[in-house]
Amino acid sequence: MTGLENLKNIAAKIRKELFITVYNGGGGHIGGALSSVEIMTALYFGGVLKYDPRNPEDAERDRFILSKGHSSTLLYTTLANAGFISAQTLATYGKPDTRLGGHPKIGDIPGVEATTGALGHGLCFATGIALAAKLDGKNYGTYVLLGDGECQEGSVWEAALFAAQRRLGRLTAIVDYNKLQAMDKLCNIIGLESLAGKWKAFGWDVIETNGHDIAQILNALGGREENHDDAPPRAIIAHTVKGKGISFMENEPLWHYRLPNKEELKIVKTELNISDEELI
Amino acid sequence: MRDAYLSALHHLAGENKNILALISDNGAIVYDKFRRDFPQQYFNYGISEANMVASAAGLASCGKIPFAYTITNFLTMRAFEFIRNDVCLQEMNVKLVGTGAGFSYSTLGPTHHGTEDIALMRVLPNLVIFSPASPKETYKAAIACAKHAGPTYLRLGTSKEAEIYNSDYDFIPGRGIILKEGCDASIIATGSIICDALEAAEALEKEKISVRVVNIHTIKPLDGELIVRCARETGAVITLEEHNINGGLGGAIAETLLENGCAPMFVRMGLDGAFCKGYGTRAEMKRMNGLSPEHIAAKVRDAVRAGSKAGRQ
Repeated sequence: MTGLENLKNIAAKIRKELFITVYNGGGGHIGGALSSVEIMTALYFGGVLKYDPRNPEDAERDRFILSKGHSSTLLYTTLANAGFISAQTLATYGKPDTRLGGHPKIGDIPGVEATTGALGHGLCFATGIALAAKLDGKNYGTYVLLGDGECQEGSVWEAALFAAQRRLGRLTAIVDYNKLQAMDKLCNIIGLESLAGKWKAFGWDVIETNGHDIAQILNALGGREENHDDAPPRAIIAHTVKGKGISFMENEPLWHYRLPNKEELKIVKTELNISDEELI
Repeated sequence: MRDAYLSALHHLAGENKNILALISDNGAIVYDKFRRDFPQQYFNYGISEANMVASAAGLASCGKIPFAYTITNFLTMRAFEFIRNDVCLQEMNVKLVGTGAGFSYSTLGPTHHGTEDIALMRVLPNLVIFSPASPKETYKAAIACAKHAGPTYLRLGTSKEAEIYNSDYDFIPGRGIILKEGCDASIIATGSIICDALEAAEALEKEKISVRVVNIHTIKPLDGELIVRCARETGAVITLEEHNINGGLGGAIAETLLENGCAPMFVRMGLDGAFCKGYGTRAEMKRMNGLSPEHIAAKVRDAVRAGSKAGRQ
């Protein structure tokens, strides 16, 4: 098996476990979580992020911040596969006394670098982490995953201006550009085109990629081994499909936050290869 | 107060390179000395308070001790949710510093007058709040911010506050200070308006009304023990603040008194559910808004008389 095939298998496993987590937990923001599966797979399993689940506070670790905190179930599923939490802990999602909230909270489980959920915070927080690295001469990277609807928040652009001004070259913002927000298509609410043009205009190096093609994502995330400390920050605009991998959820705003009915569940089980025993 | 704060920050930065000065484009020259002496510890975030506050939290998550400074309304109101979620909820070691408390920006109008910030900050868990009364106290409060491991808010005026302490004194976070003894009533105040309370108390002495004046330099945690003692010993409590009376010092003291079974004659002085009126010097602003020494003396006089009348019935 090639490395890429292995990553595709991991993505398929995460997508399946993500659905099981949301379904068994009684709900979650499923659509946007599904659209970021390949991005998270590339970051955590494609050799991008430096991390050690046995030493999650390592000062030299790369930092990942899920600014679109409503995709918490994807973060938890990814962290479980990366060894930060157990499968048993993942299965507590949605149950009484769980440590896995509807939005990630720092300190609840290892691997969560910031409390997010209110949109427009994660990139601002990350500018501080990236600035601290620069001040301390550290070479860790700071990665932030934003939603596209989140880019309607003014604070995102405050942070974007600051990061460019300070040339925070070890800061990478990835925008999950699925072009849907909670109620409708972005273009029918507050359109963002040209999203790549906006980040460029704010002083960032911008790469557009297919957000479901792991090879392309890895290519976009690579190639910055030199001159980090005097480079512009980097934005990766990942073109994705909200609800990716479950046919009737794809590109449907309805599936921002919803659980399937019995008929729909049959389709999901077929498409994600889920057995009866895996669902409760 | 501003100079005292900058002096303290300069001292702190010299001792610890993790102390950082974050500002939001404030003042053309006031940070010049700091910028010259500690260029690697100085960051002007531009006019973007939300990013400055959350970025400060990110810095703190990596061991830095950022002092994020700007005009208090822009800090505590514009960036409120960032203070809540990024600083207080995550218990990040960020030091928030707001200038322009009360009417200290005198003629600049209500957008610049910090008259609701105490209420907004007081409701936030995990936040220690200092509201010093003089330059000397500002210096000590800034040092106390650095010593406290966790989020703090330091409420400052601007540059013309009078000194009330003739000599050195112990600044103990969470412990109020009796500046003047008295037995007929207590004025419990916060910030530099304490000077007006002292002036009013002095005038009332000539009328044989003995007024205790108490400085609450720490809004949170509040010195409940001292407040209850003042109520029990003097019978009347007048709270005084350059702030709205709702949710500020007066509200905090009312809660404390009632929860301790204490119901003295009680008057809250401050802006009574309104924004400030007029444009003028700080003294003129206080006069136009019912907070001059004469206004204070009148309220205390009325409270003492009402209290003794009630006592006779």
